[in-house]
Amino acid sequence: MKTGDAAWVMTSAALVLFMTPGLALFYGGMDRTKNVLNMLMMNFWCLLIVPVIWVIVGYSLAQGGSGKFIGNFDWVALKGIGISSDGGTQLITMVFLGMFAVITPALISGAVADRIKFSAWAIFVPVWLLLVFVPVFKWVYGGWLGQRGSLDFAGGTAIHVNAGIAALALVLVLGKRKGWPTEGHPPHNMPMVMLGTGILWFGWFGFNAGSALAANGTAIQAFLNTFLAAAAAGLTWALVERLRDGHFTNLGAASGIVAGLVAITPGAGFVSGMSPLFIGAIAGVVCCFAVGLKTKLGYDDALDVVGVHFVGGLVGSLLIGLFSSPDYFGTEVKAGLFEGGGLALLGEQALANGTTIIYSFAVTTVIALALKATIGLRVDEETEVGGLDLVEHAETAYHGTN
Amino acid sequence: MKLITAVIKPFKVDQVKGALKEAGIHGITVTGVQGFGRQSGHTEVYRGTEYTIDFVPKMKLEILVDEIDVDRILDVIVTAARTEKIGDGKVWVTSVDHIIRIRTGERGADAI
Repeated sequence: MKTGDAAWVMTSAALVLFMTPGLALFYGGMDRTKNVLNMLMMNFWCLLIVPVIWVIVGYSLAQGGSGKFIGNFDWVALKGIGISSDGGTQLITMVFLGMFAVITPALISGAVADRIKFSAWAIFVPVWLLLVFVPVFKWVYGGWLGQRGSLDFAGGTAIHVNAGIAALALVLVLGKRKGWPTEGHPPHNMPMVMLGTGILWFGWFGFNAGSALAANGTAIQAFLNTFLAAAAAGLTWALVERLRDGHFTNLGAASGIVAGLVAITPGAGFVSGMSPLFIGAIAGVVCCFAVGLKTKLGYDDALDVVGVHFVGGLVGSLLIGLFSSPDYFGTEVKAGLFEGGGLALLGEQALANGTTIIYSFAVTTVIALALKATIGLRVDEETEVGGLDLVEHAETAYHGTN
Repeated sequence: MKLITAVIKPFKVDQVKGALKEAGIHGITVTGVQGFGRQSGHTEVYRGTEYTIDFVPKMKLEILVDEIDVDRILDVIVTAARTEKIGDGKVWVTSVDHIIRIRTGERGADAI
């Protein structure tokens, strides 16, 4: 790897790492005072457990060998990977991908807020990582879905659709928060949400532009797309709320930005020109309405992981089928419908997301049912009412005096 | 000896405090409180979902006065705190049996 490329990938990896604390603040601010530390810890748990598992076995299972469905054990515990073989290219690639492995299960935490036992979450994360994230990652990057020609630049299908549909499966087994939807659960700290949003956007430049794995033109295009799509989606979400509900809201702007970032992720390195503007604008409107589905359909996705990450990721991934432009990104990339490529790519995108949705939903449901039958998934009613921070962590976020 | 308790709009606290000082009051106790009266609460909208916030923030003032001053001080508070809009609050008076100034041990009206 050239020095410039190595510098950019290392920088990007650090940027992606910063997204998980950013996500923790984004979710934590939306949560309530009595549960905010539990929310932060669910995210930080991913920063503790996932790097260890990723380096020991996750990376090898997700990328090793040439299998269509799962990797192998060739690179277990860094076997054969070191700076002496290739100067560190594979090491830094492994670390960079490991940051994605950290944030993917962390995304799910927003859905299960206020009621999941921390012990259940602590076990869910590594089990889900190995049984769901790792195989889907392989299918998309090097496995059968990637080989068929579906595109996923930085993890729309492998990360956002995957985590989003898993969040739905988990809340369906876990059940609703006490009092939802009749009793209100408004955000306790909106400034925290806005800061988290800023950190996520900042980190997402590493997530998307870093996924070029080089400091090249594709990285620059992905950088611009990350800039433009997020702004466009924040704008359209905020505008919909202004027209529908009467005000420009902070939460609407923040949610739109995140929805735009999610939606541009799969196509970040495959679209150019004004396409990111259209992708972001469409995602902002669609996700703004999608977060209302939970009350209509009755699943308690507390902080809208399904409405933002699943729907945003799916919209962005399918839109590659329309906007992908191989003129800029090489002949290995298929053209989308609007770029003269017909419907073939859209079909591949639909297949990739469809199989990911079915697999992730089914396996996550099994994991959730197994946890429910053994150690239990939910805290008791007294803990839920009193707050998880004190019972689960023996800490309080905001002391009333001093 | 009487205790005057006033629950008023937070932005009126400085004005009421100034008027009370001018009227010769030497001490007040102020507490931030929440509650509802005829004004009831307000609504907030997050991601399109409306939440009703039932309790409105108010400030509670407590003032110890001698009986001969009660009517005059009540007028001062009501005049200073009034906006003529809903939610201006309430003032009430209760009897006080004993008052002691801790520093000197003075009792009764001398301790006011």
